[in-house]
Amino acid sequence: MEWFRKAKPGIDSQEKRNIPEGLWTKCNSCGEIIYTKKIEELLWVCPKCDYHFKYSSAKYIDLLLDDGKLEEFDKSLSSKDPLKFRDSKKYTDRLKQAQQKSGAVDAVIAGLGKIEGGEVSFAIMNFSFIGGSMGSVVGEKISRAIERSIDRNIPLIILSSSGGARMQEGILSLMQMAKTSSLLAIANKKKIPYISILTNPTTAGVMASYASLADVIIAEPKALLGFAGPRVIQQTIGQELPEGFQSSEFFMKKGFLDMIVSRKNLRHTIAGLLGHMRNKN
Amino acid sequence: MAERAHLDFERPITELEKKISDMKDFSVGESVELSGEIASLQKKLEKLRGDVYSKLTRWQKVQIARHPMRPYAMDYIRLLSEGFLELHGDRGYGDDKALVGGFARIGGKSLMIIGQQKGRDTKEKLIHNFGMMHPEGYRKALRLFYMAQKFKTPILILIDTPGAYPGIEAEERGQAEAIARNIREMAVLEVPIVVVIIGEGASGGALGIGLGDRIIMLEYSWYSVISPEGCAAILWRDAAKAPDAAEALKVTSQDVLELGIIDQIIPEPSGGAHNDPEKTAESMKIEILKSINELEKLSTEQLIEQRIKKYRIMGVFDE
Repeated sequence: MEWFRKAKPGIDSQEKRNIPEGLWTKCNSCGEIIYTKKIEELLWVCPKCDYHFKYSSAKYIDLLLDDGKLEEFDKSLSSKDPLKFRDSKKYTDRLKQAQQKSGAVDAVIAGLGKIEGGEVSFAIMNFSFIGGSMGSVVGEKISRAIERSIDRNIPLIILSSSGGARMQEGILSLMQMAKTSSLLAIANKKKIPYISILTNPTTAGVMASYASLADVIIAEPKALLGFAGPRVIQQTIGQELPEGFQSSEFFMKKGFLDMIVSRKNLRHTIAGLLGHMRNKN
Repeated sequence: MAERAHLDFERPITELEKKISDMKDFSVGESVELSGEIASLQKKLEKLRGDVYSKLTRWQKVQIARHPMRPYAMDYIRLLSEGFLELHGDRGYGDDKALVGGFARIGGKSLMIIGQQKGRDTKEKLIHNFGMMHPEGYRKALRLFYMAQKFKTPILILIDTPGAYPGIEAEERGQAEAIARNIREMAVLEVPIVVVIIGEGASGGALGIGLGDRIIMLEYSWYSVISPEGCAAILWRDAAKAPDAAEALKVTSQDVLELGIIDQIIPEPSGGAHNDPEKTAESMKIEILKSINELEKLSTEQLIEQRIKKYRIMGVFDE
């Protein structure tokens, strides 16, 4: 019966239609009608239920890094089509459309920035680019961000939002999990501080690799997290999923998150953590 | 001859096999000399096998990987190793029977063997959860990896899973965390790791015990970022389009070798491993020992450096 049910908040395709231009915005979670100017001031967090709307990479950079500045690296990396993949459309067309729609080259931006004066290697994923999926480009840019943190002995901060590995690049996408995770093994041995921030949604291949491998894992409230998607689980077990299953709060309770932090407190919290974690060796 | 399970495209082959076996029975029972006829039918059978198996689609190869008679991890452990001492449990939650592991010897050499195990009949299938692991399975594997490291025992991994189990308890106990941690820890294990994909290599469920120094696939196994059905359900919105998804995803051993992800393919006996498990195990044994001998020549630093480098260069992009 699940196709009759409304999708979980946050993976709702309605969201995009609700966000722009309009004077009023409806909360995807509680349905509250909010004055758009007001919710913009609140960093796109519902004042009634604390639901965190999607937030653009540019806005996160502005929010988290000193002077809103990121020195971007590896900007020119772009996806190829090694499998000549085609479903209802060609992968190459899908890429072009995603690039035109988002203005981004692929699903991650990475570079160097500062948090309260200290340099960090920072990477941020963009869900609106083919579901934030990880293909060769995402895997390579994350890998280089890890290497930058090792080479410069600076903290690594990755903000994730992703549906998982990118199917259109097949087994190559799966191997990005191995590539990024094995570099994190080195970073870990070199005592590089790593903070992973999970935003709505972060699942599958990304959750089962670098997003889960940080010293400190922070999630925004009410994000959908997990390994398997809720629809797959529902089809497997053939029954309704419990309320709040796979939310940030659920994983917090189960012991897989260090903290749930509201958007407005993210920068402050990260800065506080880095104060303790910066490599003292 | 007992009626044996067969796939659609195997039907003409199994029919001919039955004919030959009937003829043999008749020849023995009635003391009739039919060796000439039998020999010519045998020849025909070989040709038919060759024809059928040289023209398989990717989806048909996936079906061979899932053949109900295909040897499973424990079959290979019995056939190619001696004195398997099975070890159990993750020391935290339970013992996941979708994963077997323990010490054994191959050609006299002490090894830690880890394998995903499926079941043959319904009862066994349920016990082994169809080869779909829970977090405690990944954690049991990690415990055994660390033990192998402690005792400088090379690791052999046999992969055969339709995926990590997608269920409520698996999420509650941290399926993603368990897989992620294994991948990271395997990258820096101080002993040689040889991985053989013997059947299905589905996604993170396979990779969660699948990082290694040598990655080998049996000819008719598959390895993919997602199962053909899963991909079809998402991209085609119809799981019945799995054959199309299998083509698009390029899941066969030949595809994955061409993409530079694996090191080697072990050819299977005509018609697939289930037609001659002993011969398949023998080929595996030779290649496994060869790989381990090569890897044991490296220093620990070289071994880990090469392993990480192997994965570091995977990916295709423009810059």
